[in-house]
Order: sequence, then C-alpha cells, then structure tokens
Amino acid sequence: MSSSQPLLHRVAEKDRTPVPFVLDGEPAAALEGDTVLTAILIHRAQLRRNEFSHEPRAGFCLMGACQDCWVQTATGERLRSCATFIQAGMQLTTGEPA
Amino acid sequence: MIGPTLQPVIVGAGPAGIRAAQTLVAHGARPVLIDDAARGGGQIYRRPPAHFARSPQTLYGTEASRATALHSTLDGLAAHIDYQPDSLVWNAQGGQLDVLHGPTQTTRTVPYGQLIVASGATDRVLPVPGWTLPGVYTLGGAQVALKFQGCTIGRNVVLMGTGPLLYLVAYQYAKAGAKAGVKVAAVLDTARFADQLAALPGMLTQPAVLAKGMYYVGWLRAHGVAVHTGVRPLRVEGETRVNAVVWTDGQTEHTAPCDAMGFGYALRSETQLADLLGCRFAWAPMHRAHLPERDSAGRTSVAGVYLAGDGAGIMGADAAEWAGERAALALLADHGVKVDAVRTTELERKLMKLMPFRQGLERAFPFPTDWAAHAPDTLVVCRCENITAGELRACARDAGADEMNRLKALTRVGMGRCQGRMCGVAAAEILAHATGKPIDTVGRLRGQAPIKPIPIHLQPQAEARA
Repeated sequence: MSSSQPLLHRVAEKDRTPVPFVLDGEPAAALEGDTVLTAILIHRAQLRRNEFSHEPRAGFCLMGACQDCWVQTATGERLRSCATFIQAGMQLTTGEPA
Repeated sequence: MIGPTLQPVIVGAGPAGIRAAQTLVAHGARPVLIDDAARGGGQIYRRPPAHFARSPQTLYGTEASRATALHSTLDGLAAHIDYQPDSLVWNAQGGQLDVLHGPTQTTRTVPYGQLIVASGATDRVLPVPGWTLPGVYTLGGAQVALKFQGCTIGRNVVLMGTGPLLYLVAYQYAKAGAKAGVKVAAVLDTARFADQLAALPGMLTQPAVLAKGMYYVGWLRAHGVAVHTGVRPLRVEGETRVNAVVWTDGQTEHTAPCDAMGFGYALRSETQLADLLGCRFAWAPMHRAHLPERDSAGRTSVAGVYLAGDGAGIMGADAAEWAGERAALALLADHGVKVDAVRTTELERKLMKLMPFRQGLERAFPFPTDWAAHAPDTLVVCRCENITAGELRACARDAGADEMNRLKALTRVGMGRCQGRMCGVAAAEILAHATGKPIDTVGRLRGQAPIKPIPIHLQPQAEARA
C-alpha cells in the first residue's frame, strides 16, 4: 500500500458541512469537526517527517500526549494536529511534494 | 465556607474532575475547572464535536448511561463554575498554574487556593520494531479516531498488546466497521489464556464488569475475528506505512497482513503535574510505576493539593468518579466545611472494594516482564529523538548509568517533546534489565516545565500580561 493512499477511513458522521483547505499547495476538502490530523490523513498517509530519523510520521496517541502530530502550515506556524480543528482556508503541509 | 480568596482549581474535566467540581459546587464553592479538551468528558467518555450525530448508545455502548450522566452534570454546572476548556496546564509552582489557551495561543497564570489534579492517563506503551510507521497508533488513539472523529485507523486493523482496552477497542472497531468495509484482522494478546483463568476469583468480585469483558471476547470470536493469546510481538513491517504485524507463539512465527495497528499494555498515569507541584512519590507494585502518594481521601504530601482518578494510579472510570467526589469532600473538610461523614465512608468503601478486581485485572492481563530481554538493540525506544535500546544499553554499560535521570542526561531519552510519556516506561525496563537492578530501583523521569511544548513566542506576551 502506497503512502499516497489515506490512512484514516470514515465509517460514520459523513453528513457534515465540507470545509475547503489547502494541502501541500493543492485544494482539499475536510468536514466540519475534523481535526487537522483527520483532515490530512483522510487524504494522505503522513503528517510530517521526524527531525531525527527523517521518516514519515502520522501521529500516535491522538490525545495530546505524544506530540508526534505537529503539522506545519505554509506560513511556518506549527499546530498540534490532533487537538486543532480544521478551519476553511488553512494551508497545511506534510513535508512531501504534492 | 470557602471564600473568594481560596477559589479551588480542578485540572482535568474527566470523570474525576467533573465529580469533584459538582461536589464543590454543592457545598457553595465556585471552582475553576481547567481542561485540555474543547469539550469535557475525559478520554473514555470523550465527547465528539457538538454537531456530530451518533447516539450515546453507539458511542459508549454499555457505558452510555454513565457517559451521558457525566456530560449532563458538567453541562448543568456551567453557571456555577469557571470552566476553562481548550486550556493546557504546562507549569505549576508557587500557588499558581501557567495555562496555555489553544485557540488564541495565549498563556495566562491561574492562582489557586487549593488544587485537585485529575490528570488522567494515556496508554502504556512497550515499543515493537516498526512502531513509528504511519498507521501504528495506541489503542486509546484508535478509539479516539472512532469515537471523536468517526474514523478508523485503517481498513484491516490489527489490535495488539494486553488489557481490557484491547478487547473493547476490537469490539468497537469490528462493530462500527462491519457496514463500512473495515475489519479487525486479528486481536493479539500477550497475556495467556491461563492468566485469564487464574484471575477469575478476583474478577468475580465485580461480576457485571467481568461479564462485559467476556461478552466482548465472545462476540469477537462469534463474528469470526481471530483472537490469539500468549503472543510475543516481533515487528511491524512496512516501508512508509504498516503492512503487516509479525508475532510468535513461542514456536512459530506468524504474519498478520494489515494496513493499521493499535497497541498498548493497559494504561499509565499522567503524573507530571503532581511532580511539578512537589508531591512525594512512592513505588506502587501493582501499577509497576512510581506514583504520587495520597491518602484514602486523595490528599497528597503537599498541603492543599489533592489527586483523583487515573492520574494517581489506574483504577478506571467508576473509581475516578468516586475519587473525585472524595477528594473534593476532603478539600472542603480541610477548610472547615461540614461534609457528610456517611458519604465519605461509603466512597472510601466503594474504592476499597474495587481492589480485588483491580488485582485480578493485573493477573488476567499481566505486564510482559520479559519485554526488555527480547527488545533488540536496533529497537527505537524514543520516537521523538530516535534513540534505540542499544544506545540505552551502551550508556548503562559504558557510562555506568543506573538511574533514569542519569540515563536521560546522557542519551536524551525522555527529553524530547513527549517528555517521556511514550518512552518512559520502556526506557526504565531497558535500564533495569541492562543493569540487573529491580525495576523499582532505577528511579523515574522527573517532570519538567513546560510539561507539553508551548510556542516560544508566547513567553514574552505572558510576561507582559502578568
């Protein structure tokens, strides 16, 4: 399975308002109430690369403890993606070319 | 009566924190309730965003009435407490807390007269080679994805480790996934079936809880989910994401193809705040951890600081509710407020009565004490800074490190962004094994502020606001 296929899979709560955002420079859509982590991993299989191993990471604890889900915005701001809700127009990067 | 200068503060809006708040309000106090999450409820009763549609029955199953009772208690307290959601306590000293408000990225100080810490727990993690691959999550994380976001972590999911959460998450995934093309590829339990049998006498003291656990296992087997006990995890395979889990039954290697894995070995208490507050810790053998000391009411070694819930030792959500109420009653009594002595006795009795069951759980799902002996040198123990078991062993061998903070200073294990939350248990096991010392003698990682990362540019703003 390739890294361009999403990690997360929606099984419920699909009838929510779409929220447009930008992922690695390309337009993408999430749903209202998605975390930034969900918004990205519904499209991709990584959030970032680890600074030490340079390997892809996609979060781990999903409850704000492990700090492995920090995501960078196009303007260099850093978000703890499991605890930040997606907002329209957010520009998010995963460290990979689109 | 507690006056305005002594406004009590509660950290954590889970089962313990909410019951503590309710109890203080009932006695005329107006507590501050600070919580990291946007909506209170804690982890096991975590609430999805407000406009999500699933029923409490779908979200919480057999625990639906407990969850909704707790949530409606919190909602009903709104006018009577100073509720501060989305707020992370990152430091505590000198009678005040430093609190980061997530949405506005501003930090402020919150003074307290008395403090109840109900900081909860996270999964107890024992790394397996490949655990840093995308698609590998904790069991709790797998549950959060489903409950809080309506997502599964994959389409073909292995769940591994041990503890009650293993079977609960497997059941929830199998049930929610059935109509959505998601399946549980396998449940891999490191506990042996014989462990579970041996635990039965203790577990029978809480027959209703035992019945729920047996129901999940039975349901999984009846629905064709492969459940293997007595496994030893060997590795997670994949290049840029997980594609299989490999384990052994002691004789034969088995491969379970999958596209995601959730794993964990019961829970560990979140004790860093108690540490910053100066609470005295002691080794707790049943929890296999150093925990802040508290009396039967929740009083710590520091006057005015109380502990309740899983943050002071894993006892589960029901116990957390009782302990939260008990700690609040202790706080009130310590400040001259008359409290119901019959109720305090009843709460302590309920908490005591849980002990045989709690010990039974430890027998049924024992911590794999041979984990360190099998961990290869190449295993990444610290996922923040990529530090391996071999590096930790070399430090113990060559630099003579035989205590956790020495090991941290020399290797940086526990110094990364997670502050040892994910690696601390494993690093201590590796150190104890490498030095041949008992696990209770290698010490514990000291908590340091900020206990979670905060943006550096905030600090001058905080100074200006103070």
